[in-house]
Parts: sequence; C-alpha cells; structure tokens
Amino acid sequence: MNQNKPYSNLKATLAIAKASFRSIIRSPSSVVFTLLFPLIFILVFGFISGTGVMSVDVGVAKTNDTLNPVYQALKKVSVIRLIHNQTPGQMETNLKKGSIDAILNIQKNTTAPYFTVNIQHSKASGDKEAILRSTLNNIFFQLNSHIPDAPPPVAIIKEVEVVTREYKTIDFILPGQLGFALLSTGVFGTAFVFLSLRITLVIKRFFATPVKRYSIVIGEAIARIAFALIGALFIILIGHYAFSFTLVHGVVTVLNMLLLSLIGVVVFMGFGFVVSGIAKNESTVPPIANMITLPQFLLSGTFFSINVFPAWLQPISRALPLTYLNDSLRKVAFEGASLLDVSHQILIMCIWGIVVYAVAVKTFKWE
Amino acid sequence: MAKQPIITVKNLVKNYGDFHAVKGISFEVYEGEIFGLLGPNGAGKTTTLEIIETLRDKTSGEITVDGFNIDTDAASIKKRIGVQLQAAGYYPNLNLSELIELFSGLYGIERSPAEMLGKVALNDKAKAKYKELSGGQKQRFSIATTLINNPRIVFLDEPTTGLDPQARRNLWDLIREIRDQGTTVVITTHYMDEAEVLCDRVAFVDGGNIIGVDTPDNFIDKLVASGFERPKEVKLASLEDVFINMTGKEWRAE
Repeated sequence: MNQNKPYSNLKATLAIAKASFRSIIRSPSSVVFTLLFPLIFILVFGFISGTGVMSVDVGVAKTNDTLNPVYQALKKVSVIRLIHNQTPGQMETNLKKGSIDAILNIQKNTTAPYFTVNIQHSKASGDKEAILRSTLNNIFFQLNSHIPDAPPPVAIIKEVEVVTREYKTIDFILPGQLGFALLSTGVFGTAFVFLSLRITLVIKRFFATPVKRYSIVIGEAIARIAFALIGALFIILIGHYAFSFTLVHGVVTVLNMLLLSLIGVVVFMGFGFVVSGIAKNESTVPPIANMITLPQFLLSGTFFSINVFPAWLQPISRALPLTYLNDSLRKVAFEGASLLDVSHQILIMCIWGIVVYAVAVKTFKWE
Repeated sequence: MAKQPIITVKNLVKNYGDFHAVKGISFEVYEGEIFGLLGPNGAGKTTTLEIIETLRDKTSGEITVDGFNIDTDAASIKKRIGVQLQAAGYYPNLNLSELIELFSGLYGIERSPAEMLGKVALNDKAKAKYKELSGGQKQRFSIATTLINNPRIVFLDEPTTGLDPQARRNLWDLIREIRDQGTTVVITTHYMDEAEVLCDRVAFVDGGNIIGVDTPDNFIDKLVASGFERPKEVKLASLEDVFINMTGKEWRAE
C-alpha cells in the first residue's frame, strides 16, 4: 500500500498541468485562436505594409510635353505617381470618384513665366492636393533660383535627417495581435475548460481523490499560461524573422514582452473564471465571452491607434486592460522601453487583475 | 467470514431544503464483501453513496470509513477509497493511458497505465479516447480508475446500467475479482437479478429509509417461509439464459 507516504500536492498540480496542456494542444479551437488567427492577420498586414507608403496619384494628359523641367522634376518625387494612360474623359471621372487625386496640365509659354501648371482637383483628394502643391512649389523654387540673374534668396532650408528606426506596419500590428491572442485564449480557453469540467462531472470525480481545489486551478493555469507564452514566442519570432518586426534589444525585448504577456494572460484568465461561473452551459459561453473580448478587440488599439477614435470614445478605450497590454508591448518592442518605463501600464493591468479575481471568487462554481 | 465493519453509517439524514432525501438511515458494510444498495430511482441511493464518498455534505448523522470519521478525516478517507460516479466524464482529449497517468498524479503515486488497463482488459485501447469506448468498456475503464490507489473500498454507482447481458456478466466477474483480492465493494443497482448473484449482502432503500439489510438468500428464504409463492410456475431458464446460450457467454470485442 502506498497510503502511508505523505501526499504530494505538487505532484497532483503538475499532473493536472500536464493533462491540461496535452488537452489544449489537441484542441483545434485553442490552436486556431492563439496561433492561426494572429498569424493570418500578421501575414495580411505584413504584406500590405510593403506598399504602405501614401502616394498621390496624378493624371497627366497624354498630349503633355514630358520633356519640360517641371515634369522631369515631378517624376523624381517618389510620393507622386504620374499616370498618363488615361483619356481626359476617364481622368475627369476618376478624379470625381477619388481614384486619382489631381489632373495636371503643364503649359509652356513663350514669355515669363515660361511654364503654367494647371491643377484640377476635387474634394475627394483631401490632403493629397496640398502635398502635390507643396511639391510643385519646391520644384518652382529650385527652378527659379537657377535663373542666372535671380535675386539672392531671402531664406533657405537646411535639412538634417536624424537616423531613426523605421516604424513599419508590423511594429504596430504584431503587438496588437499578440495582445488579442492572449485575450482570447485567456477568456475563452479558461471559461470553456472550467465549464465543461464542471458539467461533465470531471471535477466531481477529481474531488473523490485527495486533490486540493487550488491544485486544480493552479494546474490548469500553468498549462494555459505555458501554452499562451509558447504561442506568444512563436508569433514574435515569426514576426521578427519573416516580417522584420523590430525587437530593439533582441532577447531582452523578447523576455520583457513575454513577461508582459504573462501579466496579460493572468488578468484575462480572471475574466474566463468569471464567465465559466456565470455561464449555464457551453452554448452560453461564447455570447458572454464575446461581450468581454469584442469591445477590447475593437477599442484597445488592436488594428489602429486609439488616437483616431472620437474624443468621447477614447476614455472607454483607456479604461480597457488590453489597451495597456498593447501599449506596453509596443513601447517595449519598438521604443526599447524597460519594464520600469511601462510600470504605469503594468499597474493598471494589475488593478484590473485584482478587480476581476475578486469578482471571480464570488461567481466561480465548482459544481 | 469475520464480520468486521469497514463502513458504519448511523442515523444519516440529508435534506435539500424541504425535501428529505435521506431520513435517518443506519447500516454497516463488512470488510471484504460486496454490499448492494438496492432501490428504485430517487430512493436516496446515490445521495447516501456520495455522502460516504465525501462528495456531499450530510445534514446530520455519523459515518466512519475504515476507522476514519467523515467529519474530521475526509482527506484520509479519500486516499483509501475508489469512486465510480454515475455518468461522470473524463478529461477531454486524453487517451486512456494519459487519463490513468493523470489519476495517478491526483493520488500522488506512480502506477503503470499498462498494468491498470490490464486489470480491466483494456490494454488494446490504451491509445483510445474515453468517448470512443463502448458502454461496457467505459464502465471497465471507470473501474480501473477506482483501483489506482489500491483502495480498501470501491464504490460503484449503477455500473451495469445500459449494458448488454454479456458486458454485464463480464463486469460481474471483474467486480468479484476485486472482492476476491480483498477490496470491499459497495454497489448500487436497480437490477434484482444482478444483486442476487453478485452481492454478499444487500440493503433495500426506499423513500429515504432502509427497509431491510440481509443476504439475498436470507431475504428469499424469509419470504418463502412466510408462505409466498410465485404466481406462475418457475421456468427452469429465463429468456436471458436463452440469449446468453444462443449468443455465447464470452464477451464481445464490442
């Protein structure tokens, strides 16, 4: 008989963690939510980012003299895309639709001024017309100052370019996707597991063994966290090697990101415990869990910066935990911030954690 | 057989609000016997069993299991009993070997999955998932999980419900084997034929009361002595005997 040996809670906890981890990696939904979805989004945005630079599309009449210096200078500006395979009629329609931003007609004169540039634009072109105009002014200034008897310039521009890291789309998108993956696995995964263990009486069967309740919770948590962090590492590495995701301090940055992910997933699991307590059966989990994840998905800066939201919406965004996880991940990865630099974000996540677990303790059901 | 009680239940009461599920029952289970709790659905069998198994709180009464008081030593009791629940599921996405490994961990001991599955003739299903098993195989696997900690007592709650005659007979053999190796078995059932051939002693539970505890033979003898006669002449075989005879007693690969 082995009943005289002291009972090991650690062994029991690890046995649950191992079983749970095996179960998670064999569950299609957890793999899809934690790895596949974020990777698809990263893939999509990774490819978009290649052509991500804004361009001003300018239609040029076919009859235009392409040898004049204004045209030649415009051709060298990368922001301006000159289009000359459209008829005047097509250009007119496209301008109205906004698919081209302006129509240009460069007229050569026999007396000064030697060139007149006619610009036709519409409201649909927005700021792009201003970019075109300032580009042209720049060209004119250069041309004018090359006239032999030009007056000395009143003011000149001296430009110095500061070397910075290029902020790529992936640098914004990846932390957002990572944050959202942690949110989904934390909320959905935890809620489904505890609800189904309760409904199928697996937990009741566990209670007929000497296992302690905290062993069950901790064992499940270890498995979920391990899976989430492996997923996070996978996303970061694919982002870095396939899409040049910026990791300012290399391995240290990765470790900092994983630590932030850990804080995030622990907080999000709290929501999962709450959902598993509220939900009556498996079909009521998704609606309740979506009420927690969807607003954060949309409002926490997963796809675009929360600064673009209207002023009344921003306070809501700034109240959500995912906002702070995303924000801290971006700061750490791209700006090279230390964990101390993002202590404000960490603090807010911890406050969320305390609140959520306080609710979870009240709502959680074992049977 | 030396009649040494291993479970003692005294005046057990369980109320759910106004509903009195168990109304002050007392009985003893002796070491090394197969003890049957018999009665219709809703009689209080499962409630009684789950209280003894430490899974449910009692309203009042005293229970001792293998010398341990249920109020003060539930943890010690859990270590020396094996429990099969009615309709309990198992951890999702794991195969039988992995489930045995999990339960070994829950008891804090090392047991070889192959050895445990061997005891219930499920070695060839080691890599199968629980939900892929047939009804009989599921019950045999459940019994394997109750034996992991070398328990002094195993509790089986309606293990044969829904099984075909072969699987049922096969399970009886398994339960007798467990008893023969010195483990006390407490079983609930509502099949009287099963209790008659399997149980050493039975208790009848009805409406939350125990209305009799004795060996099946004594019960039958007493009834016959009171002048009871079956309305029809007893046939020398039952339809189930015919079925077993025609389909073969050996149990199917299911």
